[in-house]
Amino acid sequence: MNDLALSRLAEAAASPAPSGRRRRRALAYLQAAPLAFVFLVFLVVPLVLTGIVSLWEYNEYAIVPALTLQNYADVFDGCLSADLCTTVRTYLSTLKFVALTLAITLPLGFAIAYFLAFHIRSNTVRMGLFLLCTIPFWTSNVIRMISWIPLLGRNGLVNDTLRGLGLIREPIEGLLYSDFAVVLAFVHLDTVFMIVPIFNSLARIDRRLIEAARDCGASGAQTLWNVVLPLAKPGIAIGAIFVVTLVMGDFVTVGVMGGQQIASVGKVIQVQMAYLQFPAAAANAMVLLAAVLLMILGLTRMIDLRRVL
Amino acid sequence: MNVELIGLTKRYGTAIAVDAIDLKVPSGAYCCLLGPSGCGKTTTLRMIGGHERASAGEVVIGPKAVGDAAPSERGTAMMFQSYALFPHLDARDNVAFSLKMRGVGKAERRAEAMAMLDLVQMGHLAGRLPAQLSGGQQQRVALARALLTGPKVLLLDEPLSALDPFLRVRMRVELKRIQTELGLTFIHVTHSQEEAMALSDLVVVMNAGRIEQASDPRTVFERPATAFVARFIGGHNVIRLPGGMIAVRADRMRLGAEAGHAAMPARVVAVEYQGTSVHVGLDADGLERPSEGSAALTAVLSDVDFAARPLRPGDTVTVGWDMAAAHRLDA
Repeated sequence: MNDLALSRLAEAAASPAPSGRRRRRALAYLQAAPLAFVFLVFLVVPLVLTGIVSLWEYNEYAIVPALTLQNYADVFDGCLSADLCTTVRTYLSTLKFVALTLAITLPLGFAIAYFLAFHIRSNTVRMGLFLLCTIPFWTSNVIRMISWIPLLGRNGLVNDTLRGLGLIREPIEGLLYSDFAVVLAFVHLDTVFMIVPIFNSLARIDRRLIEAARDCGASGAQTLWNVVLPLAKPGIAIGAIFVVTLVMGDFVTVGVMGGQQIASVGKVIQVQMAYLQFPAAAANAMVLLAAVLLMILGLTRMIDLRRVL
Repeated sequence: MNVELIGLTKRYGTAIAVDAIDLKVPSGAYCCLLGPSGCGKTTTLRMIGGHERASAGEVVIGPKAVGDAAPSERGTAMMFQSYALFPHLDARDNVAFSLKMRGVGKAERRAEAMAMLDLVQMGHLAGRLPAQLSGGQQQRVALARALLTGPKVLLLDEPLSALDPFLRVRMRVELKRIQTELGLTFIHVTHSQEEAMALSDLVVVMNAGRIEQASDPRTVFERPATAFVARFIGGHNVIRLPGGMIAVRADRMRLGAEAGHAAMPARVVAVEYQGTSVHVGLDADGLERPSEGSAALTAVLSDVDFAARPLRPGDTVTVGWDMAAAHRLDA
């Protein structure tokens, strides 16, 4: 057999006949179809409907199909004046919680993930510890929220213990129904969403890279900064996306832990829904969606998401 | 710098990976640790490099025992089996890594890294990420990275095993060239006796955590110390005689009329044509087959001799050897 024939043979082996390729592609689409269908019916359609409703008119009695930007104008009412309008102030308050929650869950999640990935040798123990991290999710949100009251309340366990130890004379008021309580609840709930993706990134790091860094004279801190952290970046970005989305859209935690005194974007939408002002709520929701998408876009620029998934 | 191991031991629980080995590697030597997988050669290398704690014994590098010193303080550098290049850094930054750790400025460390990459003929690919390099290229980068730490002793963990055979031979030449040029001590772990023969000044054959023989390659091949060495190095027949075990090189076996005084009848069970030579597998009564072999004895004949008196499987032939070629084994 000459070279030409050989190379033709190789070509034939590398690329199957066109009809076979088309069939395989059709099969791939078929495999993706169920999830695509679910997304279409339960995500895309509702979103489009929300977008449409946000353009409708409403009054005290009725919602009227129309095409008006009045709802959006209401959202940003007064934002062009010197004072901060309600919407901007609400967003700033929510963003503050996002920033605080990220600032705590990121180092905390990284530390736990690092411990699980590098210090636990046995898979069974690792699974057990992962389960431990999910304990906050074993009960319903309501029960979880109520449980904070006997712990953090004016005469709660924490205040009682501190007073018993003689560390304070008067109970600390700010433990419950405060920014502190809100952030505490967010950290409690969302750290696990940081742990899992970061762990996933860390688990993929070849242990020999750590040894190679040590071989090159890197100290522990230098290895962490120059090798582990850059390689954990995708996990950190994904974890941050989870946390940002969860905190931005939350209305229960802020409501309960803030004693219904702290504004949040989600809370605004919920209240409008409660008063049946659906078009206004829809407009607010569209603005929130845009804001969250912008933040996610910023985070994904940090990493090549295609390489991670 | 010369390297000395004194009673070096590694235990994992009750299992002994390295069993109190003693070894002297002279300065500037190319030393190969050779053995089957699980013989403790990689563990030994890692203990020399400070990546594994010795359970007992000492590693002495140059004038002093290194104890538990960090790799960079011992004057060793390691080239890892899968190269362990940092995937997020390009070739140049990978090589410059140790300088960065020492706080050398960006321009200076990049210039030094480029010079080192040129030494391993990788200067033109300095901007590539490891994922964009072939196995051989990655290996050159790993070599450059290890060399830039300024080691006195370079430790190589199966550096050639991930390469295709053609590249393996080329890199082998390259390694030897760099070692000679820089005058460093190389300690190279391999399971290929061919590699060890081709490269080393000192071959250390290991088995089950012990050193079976440590000598220059010629001595190891001409006078294997034990049956294990004779079998592992290859090209030998290990024969159990009433007086003890002997090793006879396969190319010193004599067939037919030349068989001589020790001749015994044997059956031909395999004939393999190898170009310049022909390998003839033989079974004889009273000789057991080695566990991994397909025949009790192998005779290597030159193609001319074989052509003059061809043999086929099933033939019976007398087999013997020169008394001078028989080498007595310790165990």
